[in-house]
Amino acid sequence: MIDDHLLRDLTPQVLGVLVRRGADFAAAEDAVQDALAEAVRHWNGEAPDEPKAWLVTVAWRKFLDARRSASARVMREVAAHREPPPGHAEQSDDTLLLLSRCCHPALSPASAIALTLRAVGGLTTAEIARAFLVPESTMAQRISRAKRTLAGERFERLGDVRAVLRVLYLMFDQGFAGDRTGGDLSTEAIRLTRQLVASVPQDPEAAGLLALMLLHHARRPARRDASGQIVPLAEQDRSLWDEAKIAEGVDLLQLALAMDRVGEYQAQAAIAALHDDAASADETDWPQILEWYDELERITPGSPVVALNRAVAVGHVDGPLAGLRLVEALDPGLPRRDAVAAYLHEQAGNRAEAARLYKAAAQATVIEAEHTHLLKQAARLSRD
Amino acid sequence: MAKYLLLKHYRGGPKQHANAEAPMEDWAPAEITAHIQFMGDMIEDLKERGEFVDAQALAPQGDFVRYDGDGRPPVTDGPFAETKDLIAGWMVIDVDSRERAYEAAAHLSSAPGKDSLPLHEWIEVRPFLNEAPTVE
Repeated sequence: MIDDHLLRDLTPQVLGVLVRRGADFAAAEDAVQDALAEAVRHWNGEAPDEPKAWLVTVAWRKFLDARRSASARVMREVAAHREPPPGHAEQSDDTLLLLSRCCHPALSPASAIALTLRAVGGLTTAEIARAFLVPESTMAQRISRAKRTLAGERFERLGDVRAVLRVLYLMFDQGFAGDRTGGDLSTEAIRLTRQLVASVPQDPEAAGLLALMLLHHARRPARRDASGQIVPLAEQDRSLWDEAKIAEGVDLLQLALAMDRVGEYQAQAAIAALHDDAASADETDWPQILEWYDELERITPGSPVVALNRAVAVGHVDGPLAGLRLVEALDPGLPRRDAVAAYLHEQAGNRAEAARLYKAAAQATVIEAEHTHLLKQAARLSRD
Repeated sequence: MAKYLLLKHYRGGPKQHANAEAPMEDWAPAEITAHIQFMGDMIEDLKERGEFVDAQALAPQGDFVRYDGDGRPPVTDGPFAETKDLIAGWMVIDVDSRERAYEAAAHLSSAPGKDSLPLHEWIEVRPFLNEAPTVE
């Protein structure tokens, strides 16, 4: 039995070697997939002593074969076939190299996520398709379009870490669709972000993002009730939270903050850490959370989502009417604006207005669990 | 990415454009072929873009069925009365934006009909409810 994890871990390493040798990304990715298929056929259930070397040899041969058969291209791409200079780059550099290609800004976030899961995460196209609830052929098409887009782009030696962080954040935030479909994007995003942090240990935002993920993921066991419905933060059974993940997240965050270059992921992680630190919802340190929202607003000026979340914190610190004044200044079409206004109106004692706004928010949301939750809030306030 | 249902109606919905009024049996056979071909091409295009999820056509006949209490047979009502809205079929797409969903719906609405003119028929566009994001 070949260890699935072994192949998944080796996939990006082998791909990294090919790309570093000068293979273009799309062709290298195809070659690695071919080599993995060969491994499944030839290893007879047992990996060779040097599985990575075996895969690199086969993948490189596949790459050269594919190049030769594309005879029209051979002449102008001879240069790319030269054997590489002796490898000086480390494996960790390869991870960043691959991630920055997969998360290139020319790709839509959805395409970048799919390509990252396949090329760096080592997931099969079928697994990715399941996570996104689309047919496998559609996902295959999406990935090959992404590769075609990349074929026309030029790359820096190492790519833009910011773009990589953004894609990994979105992958994590895709939700626990995995609960229903068997593919877990959040866990995968954490695994990939760990690899990234290992390759850019001096980047506080990479560490901040990993901390943010762990601090949210820690609450996962409490996030749904027995019927699968979302339990809001204030009502979660905090004894179910994963202490080890919280501790790791807090440690990472402290390391990141000590580098003294605060960014949006560190600020968001700090807010998550303050929530995780409260033994009960009532003990939440809202004044400190508000300070971090102020910081976040300085880092991402004009972000309506930050402004909306900050209004909740203001509601807790300065009272619901102060929070409402901020909400009322925001674009009425902003998602979740009505839900936040409803929450603050209830705190202020305006039950009828809260019920009306909860109902409006339920009509407007496109998130299933939120729809149910908001309807229940409206129903609760309309009853008594 | 977000999923959208594009619904085609046999009847019902807002008043149709003049081009969409003639029933299909009044079209020339080649016009029906062209219409079907258009649908097939559109599905191929969606697949090529990595946006295709599902496409189905429904037969015009059917019944409404309702629970009538334990131990009693289901109540049925049918066939559909002329006044009832009738769904002809759907496509499900997974796209980057609502604008792109509208663009795809408009393209579906441009399918050729009688006299090879675009139908301009109304397409109902409905977003799917999604999973909750992870970050609270």
